[in-house]
Amino acid sequence: MIKDKVRVKTFKIDDVAVTGRSDSTILEVAKEHGIHIPTLCYLEGLSCVGACRMCIVEIKGSSKLIPSCTAKIKEDMEVITNSSRLIKHRKMILSMIFAERTHTCSVCVSNGHCELQSQATDIGLEHSLVPYIHKGFDVDASHKEYVYDPNRCILCTRCVRVCSEVEGAHALDILGRGISAKIIHDMDEPWSTSESCTSCGKCVQVCPTGALFEKGASATEMVKKKSIVTNLIQARKNK
Amino acid sequence: MSKVRVATIWLDGCSGCHMSFLDMDERLIELAELIDVVYSPYVDAKEFPTNVDLTIVEGALSTDHDLKMIKKIRKNSKKILALGDCAITGNISALKNLFGTEAVLKKGYFDLVDFNESGEYPSKMVPKLLDKVIPLNEAVDIDFFVPGCPTPADAIYEVIKGILENREVDISKLTRFGK
Ligand code: SF4
Ligand code: SF4
Ligand code: SF4
Repeated sequence: MIKDKVRVKTFKIDDVAVTGRSDSTILEVAKEHGIHIPTLCYLEGLSCVGACRMCIVEIKGSSKLIPSCTAKIKEDMEVITNSSRLIKHRKMILSMIFAERTHTCSVCVSNGHCELQSQATDIGLEHSLVPYIHKGFDVDASHKEYVYDPNRCILCTRCVRVCSEVEGAHALDILGRGISAKIIHDMDEPWSTSESCTSCGKCVQVCPTGALFEKGASATEMVKKKSIVTNLIQARKNK
Repeated sequence: MSKVRVATIWLDGCSGCHMSFLDMDERLIELAELIDVVYSPYVDAKEFPTNVDLTIVEGALSTDHDLKMIKKIRKNSKKILALGDCAITGNISALKNLFGTEAVLKKGYFDLVDFNESGEYPSKMVPKLLDKVIPLNEAVDIDFFVPGCPTPADAIYEVIKGILENREVDISKLTRFGK
């Protein structure tokens, strides 16, 4: 097969003329040009899945809102990243994420270092726009170093992707659908008995919330070091 | 100029948010020039009054009594301010929703006691627990939300001043969930 030639495309983001490689996503080009689009499930270097929908943008001429992390750029398109309509929808998305599980920030080991919490502050969401569901899940504290609390999981799948794409273990996956969905180890076994997990801890460092954390760490210590993972990905690329 | 009639109430919370209110220190004197506290754990009023300008509510709704109170508050107040995470998200009070009311009562009145003469849950004098602890806005309309656990005194001061002066305050600069 003859590969498509990579070309340069020119278009606009928030009325700023920008250029990007024809195979780039809107989010990538926005980042290169210092234009901020909020994200949650996105992590540089991992595949993009468009799971959280925080990065939705408007395209002039279309009524649909599209996730900028998976949308490829098009010549002459006009992207809007920050309209009041987008902010309204992002507030609703965050509300639904907060309401689905039990994010009691005041007793969370990630309090103050949580990406979900900071998104709420950045966008000015001070209460959920939908009623809380409070579905209860068992906490898995079987691993000697780490804990998984599904009650705080936002199903961003960063952990699943880092384990599969960077560590190469693919010890994690998702079981179930919708509100019952949860991250599992191997065939839904306790973490300690997972045969594929290498205990590398990458999943813990990329988890944006307090769903995965180090055992015994206090809220001031449990600052995620996701740069370790992104640096590793970069170093491998440069080889 | 007549003073603004302010009430404060403590529903299912730990009183931490009311403690933060007192933490405003000397700024309380400034506020006292502008407001009359007509009902509060700080003053000895038995009945929730009518014609209140602003009611500040700490805590979530956990019992049938809480629910009755918040409806009365809504009827008698021009504005309601939800103070702290319990009032806004359910917070600690709502952690029991993960297990259910029945399980919590059983733990408290049977599993962890040496002695329970009647062999029943108390039903007289104590209010009945709701099936689910809910934040205030799931029962009534709320005008202002000021999160935090507890809400920092500076945030309470800025917000109250803002309300008195009829000006908008950017709460996200002052506090957030869990702060
Ligand atoms: S510790 Fe490493 S191998 Fe184990 S689940 Fe997490 S990322 Fe995968
Ligand atoms: S455990 Fe953490 S990283 Fe994994 S899906 Fe849940 S929130 Fe995302
Ligand atoms: S928000 Fe925190 S400090 Fe305020 S009443 Fe609830 S638990 Fe107490």
